[in-house]
Amino acid sequence: MRLGNLEIEIIIALFLVLTALWTVMARSLLRAAIGLALTSAMLTVMMYKLNAPLAAVFELSVCSGLISVIFITTISLTQPLTWAEIYEHERERLSRFRPLPFIILLLGLFFWLVKVDLALPTVVAEKVTDVRVVLWSLRQLDLVGQIICLLAGAFGVTILFKAWRGK
Amino acid sequence: MSFWFFCVCVIMLAVIGVYCLLYTYSLMRALIGIEILIKAVTLLIIAVGYFSQHLALAQSLVITLIVMEVVIMVVAAGIVLGLHHYQKDLDIRKLRELKG
Amino acid sequence: MVGSFIFVPILLLMIVNVLSFSHKSKLHNILFGFGLLTALAQIALVLWPNKNFWQLTANYQFNVIKFNLAADNLTLVMLLAIGLVGLIALIVARGLINDVDQEYNFTNLWFIALTGMNGLVLATDIFSLYVFIEITAVASFILIALTKERDALEGAFKYVIFSSFATVLMLAAIALLVFFAGDTSFAAIANAIKANPGNSLILMGLILYLLSVFIKSGLIPFHGWLPDAYSAAPAITSIFIAGIVTKVVGIYPLIRFVQLTGTLADPLRNILLLVGGTSIVIAALSALGQTNFKRLLAYSSISQMGYIVLGLAAGSALGLAGAILHIFNHAVFKSLLFINAAAVEKQTGTLDIDKMGGLAEKMPYTGATSAIASLSTAGIPPLSGFWSKLLIIIALWNAQLYFYATVAVLASLLTLGYMLTLQRKVFFGQLENAFYETKEAGWQLVLPSLLLAGIILGLGLGFPWLINTWLIPIGKIL
Repeated sequence: MRLGNLEIEIIIALFLVLTALWTVMARSLLRAAIGLALTSAMLTVMMYKLNAPLAAVFELSVCSGLISVIFITTISLTQPLTWAEIYEHERERLSRFRPLPFIILLLGLFFWLVKVDLALPTVVAEKVTDVRVVLWSLRQLDLVGQIICLLAGAFGVTILFKAWRGK
Repeated sequence: MSFWFFCVCVIMLAVIGVYCLLYTYSLMRALIGIEILIKAVTLLIIAVGYFSQHLALAQSLVITLIVMEVVIMVVAAGIVLGLHHYQKDLDIRKLRELKG
Repeated sequence: MVGSFIFVPILLLMIVNVLSFSHKSKLHNILFGFGLLTALAQIALVLWPNKNFWQLTANYQFNVIKFNLAADNLTLVMLLAIGLVGLIALIVARGLINDVDQEYNFTNLWFIALTGMNGLVLATDIFSLYVFIEITAVASFILIALTKERDALEGAFKYVIFSSFATVLMLAAIALLVFFAGDTSFAAIANAIKANPGNSLILMGLILYLLSVFIKSGLIPFHGWLPDAYSAAPAITSIFIAGIVTKVVGIYPLIRFVQLTGTLADPLRNILLLVGGTSIVIAALSALGQTNFKRLLAYSSISQMGYIVLGLAAGSALGLAGAILHIFNHAVFKSLLFINAAAVEKQTGTLDIDKMGGLAEKMPYTGATSAIASLSTAGIPPLSGFWSKLLIIIALWNAQLYFYATVAVLASLLTLGYMLTLQRKVFFGQLENAFYETKEAGWQLVLPSLLLAGIILGLGLGFPWLINTWLIPIGKIL
């Protein structure tokens, strides 16, 4: 790849990978969930830089917001260990994850040095460039799919989250 | 920035996600691994849209994808809560009873 | 008007759910009635095709709504299988689930899974395919976890993880293919693949897609979730999931893939052959060692999926026809076997085949129908399973894949081996003392079993008629 002037994308990408790494390595589950939200936020910035503002808003509000709420709720409902136990447990877990930063670093160096020539297609500009038109006129089936999927999710919530009757 | 640069980002995120899936013993962390993989693929779709100048298509795909992702995560969280009811912790090793 | 396969079920579901009755059983009866009607209408529309219905596109009907849905012969066969197994599952559910709440939930999810599968086989766009795969997958996660028993939840969680991973791979494949095609329709992607032979990004995309469908259909070595999900799920769910859902979610996209890529490039074909051959042999060997009725059936299911993949890899119209017929046959005999397993579990309270014996004496219908299904699985003439396996083996032989043809033939013997072991241990031999009081399961289980057994016999005997009217036309979609 070209080593040109340091562009802003490189910094965002660096932060994106670092937050993802932190998410995976974080000591407590709660911090991992917050790390995930941060990763989403970094992705949002990246999407904004790539001229995809609408999808970026969705990513920010839904992934960084809603999914974090779901995760943090689930974690706080299921956190059974005391802090001392977590500490003990995490030492053992971190030993399994210790190679990961080095793997990522090596991968990064490797791809930095190795030149890969991808045969990219010739660009044909899109006929319809308005997201609203694409989503609401051309991809209606996906919208119907979204509604059905949300319906399935609603049944999932009523079935799975229902209180346990004295078992 | 070239397309390859974004490919590298996607590959790194994917390696982090897969490593998390393979080496974790916690149900919630497995879900977090899946989430990171989905982030990677979202970035790939947007990058493809950017470089092929099909951003409108790519954005509408990503919006649908995000909705699907939320529903999957809600259902998965429900299943994790149910499992927690039985085993009082989230250790994945206890799931392996079923194997064989 | 093919859009009604998606709209009618989902509208009926919504209507019933906004109705408010004080009695859940009343509500459920209405929903159940609608379900029966939907499934019967679906079967009827396929068996007695009406040109006006199938060719009228939604554009004519509403100016607002535009869908790209289309039906070819492959879609018709899949719709028939979906309607048939759906109908059977709905009836059997009445006999297997006692709790009204649970039965109501099952029927609701049944509607969603049915809609998802119908949309999946009608989609002409790779991203819509993904959307409907996801809908079907969400419905099946919840169906597996329906009873919220520990094992069921574990099976469901494993399925969530494997399925989501496969989904991510599929999305990456879609992104790479769309890069070249500029559009998500099957036609555009097929053109892009033909226009760029040997492009590394496209090859990468195709391999990712293949991996994804392999995981979704649970082929070896990607089968980690399948035996657990099948055997841990509630009885009714395993009939529905094993009978049709995983086939539509996993194997149908694979067939579309073969159709998209036209003549398979050599590396892809070798991957298909290798995975198919390994699945047939390893899964059959694993099935021999199982003692749990449903687990044995799960491994048998993987092994049969291997035949379908081999048929596709043969790359001829004959192989494709054989593969499609085998999907239909598999849907019929595997749902029948899972109904038998459910009947045995319901009446004896166990699934351990070592503890059973001589049950044919007490449960004559279950015994007889399961013998027919087992023999059809093993490919004994003149049952329907024989014909589809024969087509696949001939196609492999014609494509000069002698090794894989031999593997397919020899693995049939293994299939016969584990199926006969199952029959001998469960239904024949000495009746165990514990089972003297055992009775035949209710009509809700017996009637569907007899219907399915009838289809196996009828298809087998009526095959010469079938091949000219249905199967050869299917081959022409290539």
